Amino acid sequence: MKVLMFGWEFPPHISGGLGTACYGLTKGLSKIDDLDIIFVVPKAYGDEDESKMKLVGANNTHIKQIQEHIRKFKSKHTYLEVESELIPYNDPDEYYTFRNSKLFGKNKLFKVNSEGKLEFTGKYGANLIEEIYKYAYVASTISMDNEHDIIHAHDWLCYPAGIAAKEVSGKPLVVHVHATDFDRSGGSVNPKVFEIEKMGMDAADKIIAVSNLTRNIIIEKYGQDPSKVETVYNAVEPVSYEQKQANKKGVKEKVVTFLGRITMQKGPEYFVEAANAVLKRTNNVRFVMAGSGDMLEKMVARAAQLGISDRFHFTGFLKGDDVFKMFEISDVYVMPSVSEPFGISPLEAMQSNVPVIISKQSGVSEILTHAIKVDYWDIDALADAIYGIIKYDSLSRVFKEKGKEEVDNLKWTNAARHVHQVYSTVIN
Amino acid sequence: MKSICLYFQIHQPLRLRRYRFFDIGNDHYYYDDFTNESIISKMAKECYLPANEILLDLIRSNKQSFKVSFSITGVTLDQFESYAPEVIESFKQLAETGCVEFLAETYSHSLAALKDQDEFKVQVKSHSQRIQELFGHKPKVFRNTELIYSDDIGAAVASLGYKGMITEGAKHILGWKSPNYLYCNALNPKLKLLMRNYTLSDDIAFRFSVQSWNEWPLTTEKFVNWLDHLDEKEEIVNVFMDYETFGEHQKKESGIFEFLSNLPAAILKSGSYKFITPSDAIKEYQPIAVAHVPHAISWADEERDLSAWLGNSLQNEAFTKLYELKKDVESLNHERINKDWSYLQCSDHFYFMCTKFFSDGDMHSYFNPYNSPYDAFINYMNVLSDFKIRLDELREDGKPATSIENELLKKDKLIKRYETEIKKLKKKILSD
Repeated sequence: MKVLMFGWEFPPHISGGLGTACYGLTKGLSKIDDLDIIFVVPKAYGDEDESKMKLVGANNTHIKQIQEHIRKFKSKHTYLEVESELIPYNDPDEYYTFRNSKLFGKNKLFKVNSEGKLEFTGKYGANLIEEIYKYAYVASTISMDNEHDIIHAHDWLCYPAGIAAKEVSGKPLVVHVHATDFDRSGGSVNPKVFEIEKMGMDAADKIIAVSNLTRNIIIEKYGQDPSKVETVYNAVEPVSYEQKQANKKGVKEKVVTFLGRITMQKGPEYFVEAANAVLKRTNNVRFVMAGSGDMLEKMVARAAQLGISDRFHFTGFLKGDDVFKMFEISDVYVMPSVSEPFGISPLEAMQSNVPVIISKQSGVSEILTHAIKVDYWDIDALADAIYGIIKYDSLSRVFKEKGKEEVDNLKWTNAARHVHQVYSTVIN
Repeated sequence: MKSICLYFQIHQPLRLRRYRFFDIGNDHYYYDDFTNESIISKMAKECYLPANEILLDLIRSNKQSFKVSFSITGVTLDQFESYAPEVIESFKQLAETGCVEFLAETYSHSLAALKDQDEFKVQVKSHSQRIQELFGHKPKVFRNTELIYSDDIGAAVASLGYKGMITEGAKHILGWKSPNYLYCNALNPKLKLLMRNYTLSDDIAFRFSVQSWNEWPLTTEKFVNWLDHLDEKEEIVNVFMDYETFGEHQKKESGIFEFLSNLPAAILKSGSYKFITPSDAIKEYQPIAVAHVPHAISWADEERDLSAWLGNSLQNEAFTKLYELKKDVESLNHERINKDWSYLQCSDHFYFMCTKFFSDGDMHSYFNPYNSPYDAFINYMNVLSDFKIRLDELREDGKPATSIENELLKKDKLIKRYETEIKKLKKKILSD
């Protein structure tokens, strides 16, 4: 079985949980016999781990190839329409413009470099929508060049690519929902994103959701047939011992950590308020908010306003080893997400022997038993839980032991087997 | 005859390095040596040394009739000592002419005057001592950090024995009154006040190279012409500015150095002006009125108040948390701790946390190592947390780990003492 998989990011160039999940899943899938993966990303940097799959960068795909098949592409390609807000860009020194008015209508141009390749940033920038459609455009070429039995697209950024590939090859499409815009925006959904999401789900033969929480959103908000949506929980990569170098903990106090994007979805303000409540009762604790995001400045100001800045620290965005370093010196990990489709980071914390407190509004709370679960808005309950773990050593010891045991049983191979089953049902 | 009082302020912040959460408790060094050194050497080359040379020439060629005054913060002197000792030598040369006065201020350019009288006095004393060591005279007139002044601060300064103080001729304080007279403190009239003429000062300091300014280009003739148009009875024109005006705020290419070298001759030519130092001024003139300043003023920003340092919750939090540690620092009286304590009080740390971007963003971005005020706050609070951990550790378990450091510092002091003795003896031998 050959899988053509579309992702947006791949380690080590990741900005969040999506890349990590894609990597874990493909690694798990690679252990299944007779299953090959071609993993496509908008931008391949060349330093990715390609031992488990073939990695294709859309930025390295020759567009000229498509011209040979242009008639075929055009005839098969009825669905994909480029956004009108796409701004054509033509710099005669460096670029010539690939232009086919028959294909894309008037003024709908993509920028192609001198080697006949489209350029991608692979980031989440201002031209995201343009990137998504360029990606879809190249996807159809890739779909033609690479033989496959099934198409698997991760999250909304890749849905148009998945659809384009399906339109060309006619193979079944599985979309993997790692998050919906309802999670990211806290309810005020961006209609454009919603449209792309719904388009992808509608076109899919099967939808994989990362939790029942997400599955319900897909059914209720996107009007999908329940029988089409399957929940497959994420897992976590086992940490190798080399990664765990001993780091000296510089502070004597207990360390309570929030790690993630500092955005409304992650509920950082509840963490700050709970920290304030805990600090009123004990002084033997420090709080750390690791990560970056559009609410960072507000959180800094709030901590200052509450007068807890000497006990409440910010680290900025952490990556790679720094994440493990952070876990290593943490005594409690808190994820007060307002809406979290899954949430891999608590699993990573548990691997590093850190007790976790998670919100009931997270997908991961459906599968964890050895974690404290609170409503994200319940600051008192959150403060209680933090206080309990840092104050009563026996409690934290139990969470560490049992949690580690539990998380070690969550393996990507299991998740991969489940995904493989989903593939089989759509192919047959 | 009117007097012109020229005064230049020299300060360079001691910038903190990127101090991350992981460093807390593990690494006790807080300063960004690379940036500090490169800025000091750049400024020495582009501003301090060339400007000093011009001033020295002017004093020599005008024979005692040209006078200037300076204040240099202790933090800056420390940095000169480490990175550009030739700057100190060049100031010593200026001091030897007898036409240059050095003013007193707080050692670390701090805001202590607003928070703690005792700490304030300690810092002023250590700064005076340093000035006396380097330049051979004890400062008699005081300038507070960023010209911050209020009735209470003035009274405190008077109680330290100073006869005069300089501050901003802020419009909301003076109202219809002119800054071109001597004033006195409202609580202790013995303390005389020199008020900065902000129009004439800023014409040079801020507007000199602004081509959209309707008076551009500013020439010495034009400047003297403005002086000529002042009221006849007015006694003293206080032109106070950052010394970095020459070569940094106004680049060399703008002609600022030429302006500086031609200004004294142009002013002295008519015979109706003379240059004086603040000490001369308080001897020569009597105050014309009392200046009532119940709320503190400064020379910064449009508001001329404290909002650049203590205007938002970040700044207030950092400021409060810093001074909560004062008791511990005092009770320990540990060399290294005292040094860091002094440096952490620099007003610049708070200035970098200012969120008033829009009106005065330009000034705030000068020499600012941070991307945002939030960044500045996070970094400072991390450093402060480490500092507090050190205090707690030292207080709890004596001083075992740092006893070597202490020994080293003691030896350093001894070496310094011997060095000065040797110098004295050498001088004696030479003069004999």
